[in-house]
Amino acid sequence: MTVRIQREDFDAGAEIARLRAGDPRIGAVAGFVGVARDRNDGATVSTLALEHYPGMTEKAIEAIVSQAKARWQVAEILVIHRIGELKPLDQIVLVVVTSSHRGDAFAACEFVMDYLKTEAPFWKKESTPEGERWVDARQSDEAARSRWERPR
Amino acid sequence: MKVTVFYFARLREAVGRDREALELPAEVTTVGALRAWLIARGAPWAEAFTEIKRIRAAVAQEMARDEAKLSEGAEVAFFPPVTGG
Repeated sequence: MTVRIQREDFDAGAEIARLRAGDPRIGAVAGFVGVARDRNDGATVSTLALEHYPGMTEKAIEAIVSQAKARWQVAEILVIHRIGELKPLDQIVLVVVTSSHRGDAFAACEFVMDYLKTEAPFWKKESTPEGERWVDARQSDEAARSRWERPR
Repeated sequence: MKVTVFYFARLREAVGRDREALELPAEVTTVGALRAWLIARGAPWAEAFTEIKRIRAAVAQEMARDEAKLSEGAEVAFFPPVTGG
């Protein structure tokens, strides 16, 4: 597994190529890219500042990835999450899962994102025309995560 | 018992610091007791911990419930619900 927290942007194509290089067992690559929007909760967003808890954030994501690997047949999981100042159109997060077959790759990718949204310590602060504001956690994210807790 | 408490995001701004080293009284042995003790210190902790909803805690960089025990030298953190991704 690879978990990276970084200020720099990422190249999803290059990351996917590296993740599956030389592994002919892989028949499926599922990826998710989260991107900064220019509107949120009715306001125009000009910039976004992302804060994390160095040490705990990495451990929390590694724990989520370990759960995904225990639950589905996957080869590799990569998570890159950016911190610092971002603008609309900027990439925020990348999750890539490689597997023999697509079902496991899709499910594990969505599981990792749903848990990351509710369990990994990151906080967003938006700049809007009315000033800066901390983004509130969404109930819909809790609901998305709790789907995975039901017996399969 | 000595612990270091870290604050993040909106809570960090509300208490005006990102961390503090604290010497706790003997009866403060859990996350919940620490939370109550911080609130009892008054401003700015009292306002911060009551105005910001659903503040979560971590001990040794793992999510922790109010019943979680504290130990000498523990790294404790309080923060609002997370909003990454």
